[in-house]
Amino acid sequence: MSELTLTLIKLGFLAVLWLFVLSAVSVIRSDIFGTKVPSQPRAKVAKQPKPPAAPKQRKGKAPRGVPTKLQVVSGPNSGQSVPLGTDPILLGRGTDAAIRLDDDYVSTRHARFASNGEQWFVEDLGSTNGTYLGSQRITSPVAVALGTQVRLGKTIVELRK
Amino acid sequence: MSSGLGSSPAWVPRKRRGAELVLLSMSVVIGIAAYCAVGLGVEGRIPAGVAKLSFSLAAVAVATHLVIRKVAPYADPVLIPLVVALNGLGLAMIYRIDLSCEDYCLGGNYEPLANAQLMWTAIGLIAFATVLIVIRDHRRLQAYTFTFGLAAIVLLLLPLIPGIGQDIRGAKIWIRLGPFSFQPGEAAKICLAIFFAGYLVVKRDALALAGRRIAGIDLPRGRDLGPILVGWGISILILVAQKDLGSSLLFFGLFVVMLYIATERPGWLVVGGVLFAAGSYFGYVAFGHVRNRFDVWLHPFSDPDNNGQIINGLFGLAHGGILGRGWGLGSPELTPFSFSDFIASAFGEELGLTGIMAILVIYGLIVERGLRIALTCRDAFGKLLAAGLAVSMALQVFVVIGGVTRLIPLTGLTTPFLAQGGSSIVMNWAIIALLLRISDQTRRPAPEVSSFESDEATQVVKL
Repeated sequence: MSELTLTLIKLGFLAVLWLFVLSAVSVIRSDIFGTKVPSQPRAKVAKQPKPPAAPKQRKGKAPRGVPTKLQVVSGPNSGQSVPLGTDPILLGRGTDAAIRLDDDYVSTRHARFASNGEQWFVEDLGSTNGTYLGSQRITSPVAVALGTQVRLGKTIVELRK
Repeated sequence: MSSGLGSSPAWVPRKRRGAELVLLSMSVVIGIAAYCAVGLGVEGRIPAGVAKLSFSLAAVAVATHLVIRKVAPYADPVLIPLVVALNGLGLAMIYRIDLSCEDYCLGGNYEPLANAQLMWTAIGLIAFATVLIVIRDHRRLQAYTFTFGLAAIVLLLLPLIPGIGQDIRGAKIWIRLGPFSFQPGEAAKICLAIFFAGYLVVKRDALALAGRRIAGIDLPRGRDLGPILVGWGISILILVAQKDLGSSLLFFGLFVVMLYIATERPGWLVVGGVLFAAGSYFGYVAFGHVRNRFDVWLHPFSDPDNNGQIINGLFGLAHGGILGRGWGLGSPELTPFSFSDFIASAFGEELGLTGIMAILVIYGLIVERGLRIALTCRDAFGKLLAAGLAVSMALQVFVVIGGVTRLIPLTGLTTPFLAQGGSSIVMNWAIIALLLRISDQTRRPAPEVSSFESDEATQVVKL
């Protein structure tokens, strides 16, 4: 074995070893970001009359998958929506609510939507009948994704693009 | 806190078994390449046993992969390749020391160890598969909390029983059953981790909240702390009686860290640090062999005749430099026990700083995956157990490699997966199996929840 061959073997082995370590790291990296969220099956609202077309003020710049408005999809105020900004949005029957819900089963200050900059959360404000995600009553702020239906009394709201 | 978990959009974790297979093939290639490079470096030809070793390593890789696909399909994809790579590197290094040592080491009484190590790897694989297949849900282990605590104490006591206990190189930590000798301390480590996790998960609120506050540190009630202190005290006493400093350090560290994780009270780290300092001082004053270890650590070159092992290890590391001498081209056989306790210095000599850094990063990744499993685990017992196992691995690597590189006093512990030694290999494979089991539970998709439309009318209450 010549000196040169042995040196090449040595350097080659170290290279392979580090290549392995770096590929392991890259698998972990994609493991963190590589979760697929399936497209939300929209709940059937076929029975409801189609909500009046909301004014189309879509922000062209908004990146894909980021909600731009909170819309009432079912209930007495069906069709109403409020654009999402950075401020929290209050929902309830009171006058200070972003959408005054005309729903007997909704409390005056019922629930609040708030964002941490990248994710929207819904928080129940101690309402009588509760705020539901699916069949579960929420007790603490819960992240809501695009199209997740949140129920307050007989009203259902969701985040839309 | 758990509300809304089920109804948030279904999270679909990726199994990533394909990525695992690719990484696994890379680790098998590393093992075989190391083995061939050893032959080329020492004898100038590819060793004759390469077919056997390649077949064995590939069999280990394929078998673990198939077991995981079958019984833990959502388990972490990175752990097994990392472990197989370490195991292959260890086999190659032990073979390399075999080649140079045959008529040099231990006064000519040296017996080749590589084949035995390969056999222990196979047994470790069986242990791995058994743990994964038998334990289908790690939460069932919690029911046997005190059984595991008792088992740990019995295992630690075994080497003191005359007849089966063995005194090797001043430490009574071995038992001999027929042709096999075994270090029960390695198994006791897992049992203790399960015991601590099971006990702390039940008592952590009592430990964290009930009790007096003295000097800014919340001290728990004696009755909450009693059983765990007794268990810990017995194991430490046994270890002192057996003169096994490394394991004492490991168990104490594991105990303090798990207490900290369970209660979220940093005060425990302070208490643990003070206790450790006091214990070290007491050990230094009371035991000659502890004082000896400190002296060797601080002034190794003052007595080259007795400190030859650590001096040779340091010279080996220096000889290796940045890139190492290359496989088979250093002289790790000059360091006594370079195949077990001092395998880190053997790697430092042949692969250099670059190689030993890669090995440390691999250990770091194993620990990181363990802690990540603990973070994402949904039940408190699994969290504590995964964190405990990961921390025990981290502590063990720190204690042994820190000792070899003279960062801390040298204490005898095995380097997981690398060092020669059957019990260590088998038990570390079992630890990996436990981690994968917890990880499989964690990454598995949550069960379906029914949509609310069916019960819409029933939940509205008008007041």
